[in-house]
Order: sequence, then structure tokens, then C-alpha cells
Amino acid sequence: MHKIWLIVQREYLTRVRKKSFIIMTLLTPLLLATFMILPGLLISMSDEAETVMVLDESGLFEGKLESKEDVAFIPLAGTLDQAKLLYQETDNTALLYIPEMTIEEPKGFVVYGKKNISIQTQVRLENMLEKEIENQRYLASGLDRETLDKIKANVKLTAVNLSAQGEKDNNAIITSVAGVAAAVIIYFFIFLYGVQIMRGVIEEKTSRIVEVMISSVKPFQLMMGKIVGIAAVGLTQFLLWIVLSFIAVTAVSAAFGVDAAPSPAAQYAAGQMAAQGEEVASDDPTAMDNPQGQDEFASTFSDVKESFANLPVALIFGCFLFYFLGGYLLYGSLFGAIGAAVDNETDTQQFMMPITIPLVIAFIMSYSIVLKNPDGPVAFWMSMIPLTSPIVMMVRVPFGVPAWELLLSMGLLVAGFVFTTWIASRIYRVGILMYGKKVNYKELSKWLFYRV
Amino acid sequence: MSILKIEGVTKTYANHTALDNVSFDIPQGCIFGLLGPNGAGKTSLIRIITQITGADSGKIYFKGERLRPDHIKDMGYLPEERGLYKKMKVGEQLLYLAQLKGLSKEDATARIKTWVDRFEIREWLGKHIEDLSKGMQQKVQFIATVLHEPSLIILDEPFSGFDPINANLIKDEILSLRERGATIIFSTHRMESVEELCDNIALINRAQKVLDGPVKEIRDTYKTDTYQVIGNGQLMITSPDFEVLEQHSNHGIFRANVRLLNNTSPNDLLRYLIQRVEVHSFVELVPSINEIFIRKVTETHHA
Repeated sequence: MHKIWLIVQREYLTRVRKKSFIIMTLLTPLLLATFMILPGLLISMSDEAETVMVLDESGLFEGKLESKEDVAFIPLAGTLDQAKLLYQETDNTALLYIPEMTIEEPKGFVVYGKKNISIQTQVRLENMLEKEIENQRYLASGLDRETLDKIKANVKLTAVNLSAQGEKDNNAIITSVAGVAAAVIIYFFIFLYGVQIMRGVIEEKTSRIVEVMISSVKPFQLMMGKIVGIAAVGLTQFLLWIVLSFIAVTAVSAAFGVDAAPSPAAQYAAGQMAAQGEEVASDDPTAMDNPQGQDEFASTFSDVKESFANLPVALIFGCFLFYFLGGYLLYGSLFGAIGAAVDNETDTQQFMMPITIPLVIAFIMSYSIVLKNPDGPVAFWMSMIPLTSPIVMMVRVPFGVPAWELLLSMGLLVAGFVFTTWIASRIYRVGILMYGKKVNYKELSKWLFYRV
Repeated sequence: MSILKIEGVTKTYANHTALDNVSFDIPQGCIFGLLGPNGAGKTSLIRIITQITGADSGKIYFKGERLRPDHIKDMGYLPEERGLYKKMKVGEQLLYLAQLKGLSKEDATARIKTWVDRFEIREWLGKHIEDLSKGMQQKVQFIATVLHEPSLIILDEPFSGFDPINANLIKDEILSLRERGATIIFSTHRMESVEELCDNIALINRAQKVLDGPVKEIRDTYKTDTYQVIGNGQLMITSPDFEVLEQHSNHGIFRANVRLLNNTSPNDLLRYLIQRVEVHSFVELVPSINEIFIRKVTETHHA
């Protein structure tokens, strides 16, 4: 045990002190923060208060387009050509031209800009005009806005899972996200660090240190020490990434005073919502504090929070740790065996295939078939087979998996990694002392039963 | 007393026999030459002793006990294929390897200090292995082999890759290790290089032990009572007690190889010569281990 510990320490320390490790660990959160902050920063830069000059030849919108904090309207008089000249001299955002028309047939609106008018501004103006025209049409037909708001209905569907454990709220999207995120992390971890194990073994072989090592420690100890050491490196890196990303994002957003970038869809929605709120406000000042859009948004947000709260977080986290380590150990020892069987990295291809394929299949299946039908036969069998279970079961867990299935899958995974570790150690102990020999599968299978 | 006793060790790989019923003893405190051509089975035997692999049959006793995994602490092994972790610093590497041999960190650090002073390589401690020359790396590896003061040191082709100066340095170290009571197994195919160093040898050829024993005894067994004489004068040997095998003469200086017959002693030959010529040099022609080996191998092939 003491020797394994020494090996773990060496594997860990030499990797953690590498420049590439330090750079990767520091750079990734910075990049992440940059990607999150930069678009927000750029948007906020162009988001200075907009000033729109309005030439209203119809006279319908006079005094109706009210200035807000981020958009101001300047009414103009005269002809369009005069207005254009006037606009060119200022640095206002846009010139809105409303031609002569009636509320029955509104058309011919044009917005002029010195550069491209953003979709957000365009949508916003469109909405304001639409709302105003609608308002006037309501008034003309004897309805007012307040009555109409009373008529409007808003339906939301709450999904409830009637399982043996009793009722619980179920938000399919949140559940999927939690599972897939865990599966993705496991998938990448196995690949990134499994390959590192393989490289480490090849390095020991090519630098010929291995014979010295094997005269001091057992091949199995050397292999396990390497696998555990590299796992610790990976965990350290992930932990640092999480902590540093959090710090970086917080620090950068505090420094620039921006939130993380909203998605384009959210921008569009925000534009519409703002326009809605404005129109409501301009129509009925008392309604200002409670615009419908905001209400809806708040309720969606609280739904998301509720769904997260309803997820069995402790169970998911526990399963994540288990499948994370189980999957890594299962594949890690196989990667180690490949490293032992070859002389250099170019020879690894033929042996990488059978390891990569189940991983990739599990990954693809998990977000296609498993996600659609988390309790179906494909999902069930793939979450039982140890080669695919670390990924597939993680996708299933947030949806709720019967205890016996979970325990069986875990048991099989443990049996699986005991088995692969056994195979790997048999290949390893023969392979590390074998040089200059191109190995094939037949040869490898003989190694399993060599007496060493 | 023998530090290592090898009894009927056999090892076969998939399609060839590496060792076939090999037995011999290695006395404590000697330098033991394990000799044989490439592929004879030397490395296989060493790997069995260092427990890298196991024998198919046969027994090995270390200090009178059946070989056990913890005996490895008391052995140091310098493999033929040298290698160290390239990205590690010399000091860390030595410390790591010593700790794996069961040394405490404090002991290891203290011993590393004495060894680097002895080899005058203190300034290397902070350097990465990959920045050292091959000869320097070999020195570091030699230190790593003996750092835990094992009582059995196994050196596989120790001089390959060393320049003559460093080879001498290592030779001196080997001798001083023996003085301190360590036993050294010295494996090589270059038999002439170890004759002066080894006390005992075992010759292995084609998986089988050909002969073993103290170097002196082996030579005595194989010597042919032949002496080389160099001197001034006209040498004419007519006595039936002496047989001239070879004779050259140049500017009055002769050189002759003479074999003693009929149980005569070298002194008889010398007396005979002194009466007739001026003797400048009188040397016994002892067969080299190389010659003995070749003779032995051809014998077994013909047999």
C-alpha cells in the first residue's frame, strides 16, 4: 500500500507541476469567462440610449410614442427630405418615417439608419406601432385595453410523475439537462484521462524505466498507482475549473458591470417584452408595475427552480461520483493495458477501436434514444452493461430509476472493473517488458494465460 | 556461505526455452560473473532473481531462505536497458526510487548527498534527466541501484555506454562495494572485460549452464602447462620433457611457447633454458575465459 501511495504521489505531482497543466487550468476558466462576458459587454456597449427621430405625416402617433430611459423620441415636422437632411447632421440612432395613412390600412413605415438597425430596435419599434394602432382600433370599436387584458388567457401545464414514490413534479427539460451534463462530464473525463494513462505507460516503456520499477514494485501496483494518480489530477483540474470559473466570471462581470450574455432568443423576447410593457404603460399608467410579460417570466423562473429542487440531488450526486469513478477505473485499466501492449502511440489505433466504440455509442444513444425513452429496453440494457452504464445510467438517474436496477447496474459495474482490471494487469505485466514486437489480438489473448 | 543458491531453474516462453535446469551457487561477498553470449538466458535468470518474472520450476534461496517478495529490498538491479523518468529532476528521481526500495525520506536524502558528493555531481540534482548526457544518466542510474545499500547488486552489462574514465570509476565503485560486504552479480557477454574483476563465474550457453566456479580454479583446470619464453640467443630445445608449440626469432630475440610434459615443473624448464639462452620473460600462458568458453561450447556442440 505504501508503495502504491508513493507512485500515486509521483504521478500526481509530476503532472500537476507541468507547465501545460497549469496553463490549461488557468486558461480554461478565463476563456470561459471571456466567452460569457464578451458578448454581453459588446451588447451593452452598443446599448447606449437610442434616440429615434419621428416624422409622423399621419398625425396618428402624435404624443403617443413616449420616451423611455433607453429610447427617446424626437418628433419632427416638414417633408421627408428635410427630415433626412436633419437626421444626417445629428448622431441619432434612427429616423422613423410614418407616411400619411389611416388606422384601417397602416403601411409604408420606414426606418432609416446610418448603420444597420439592430433587430432589437426594429422589433421594438414595430411592436410599439402595432400596439398603438391596435389601441386606436379598440377605441374605435368601443373596447378598451383593460377589458381586453381581462379576456386574455394564459395556460401553463405542470407535469406530475405518478410513480410508486408518490406524486412529484417533473420537468422533462431540467431532468434531461442534469443527466446529460453528468454523462458528458463522465464521457470526457474517461477519454481525456484514459489517454493520459496510456501515454504514461508508453512513456515508461520507451524510457526503459519500467524494468527498474518492476524490480521494486509489482506491475499491478505500478498500474493502479498510475490510474489513481491520474484520476486525482483530473479531479483537481475539474475542481479548479469550477472554482476558478466562478471566480473569473464573478470578477469580470463585477469589473465591467455586465451580466453574462443572454442568448439571441432571449434578446428578441426582451425586445418584445420591453415593447409590451411600454405600450401597457403608455396606455394605462397604473398597470406599469405589473406588466404581464414580467409576471410570466417570473413564474417560469420559479418553475425551473422548483424543478431543480424536486430532483433527487443527493442521489444524482452520489450516482455521479460512483459512475464517474467506476467508469474511469473500468476504462482506465484498459487504456493502461493498451499502453503496455504497444511500443509507441502510433501503434495504439487498432486497440483503441474496441474501447472507443462502446463509449461513443453510449454517448450517442444517451441523448437520442435514452433521453426520449428513459425506461425503454435500450436504456435498460445499456445501463446494465458495464461498458456503457456509466454514461447511460447517469442520463436515466434524474428521471427516476427503480432501486433494484440501480443496484444491479452498480454491482455489474464493480464486477466489470474488477474484470477489466484483471485483464489489464495480465496484459500489462507481460507487455511492459516486451519490446519491438508488433502485437495482435491473438497474441494479447495468449498473454492473459501466461505464467509470469 | 552462499548468498544466492539457484537450484534447477527452468523457464520456457511460448516457443523457446530460456533456462534449462540451471543450478549454481553465488558465494557471499564476491564479484560473480554471469557470462554467456547474447540470448543465452542471462537476462531471464536475472529477471527471475529480481522477481520480475517467475520460474516454471526450480528453487532459489536468498541468504538461505526461499526467495520472497520482501527480499527485493535487499537487492539492487541495473538493467541492461537503462532508463529513468525523463521529465523528473535527478534529486527527486533518486529519492523516489530509494523510497520505493523502502528507505525513509530522511535516510534517502542523506545517502543521496554522500553519493552525489562522491561522484561530484551535486550541481546536477536540480536538473532534469533529459538534460543530462547519456553517460551522466548512467551514473545517476548506478547511484539509484546501490543507494539502498543492498547486499546483492545485479549489474546487467554495466559498462556499456560508459567512456573509459567513467567505466573505471564504476569499476572502482564495484570493488569498494565488495569490500563493504556486498555481493555483485555481473552479467555480460564481453567475457574479457570481467576476467580481472570477477572472483567466480558461471557460463551459460543456449539456456544451459556450461560451467561455474572460482575463476582461478576454472583456469587451473583448463590451463595446458604452457609457458611463453622471450629471450636472447639461439633456442634449441631437444629435451623430451618439453614440447615447443610455436617459435619465432627476430634479430636474435626469440619468442617460444613451450608445453611441459612428463610432470616437469616450470622451474625445470627455466633451469633448462638458463643454461642455453638469456631469458627476458617467462610467463605462463593461461587460457582466457573467452577461450575456455569457446572450447567448452564447441565441445558441447560436438558431443
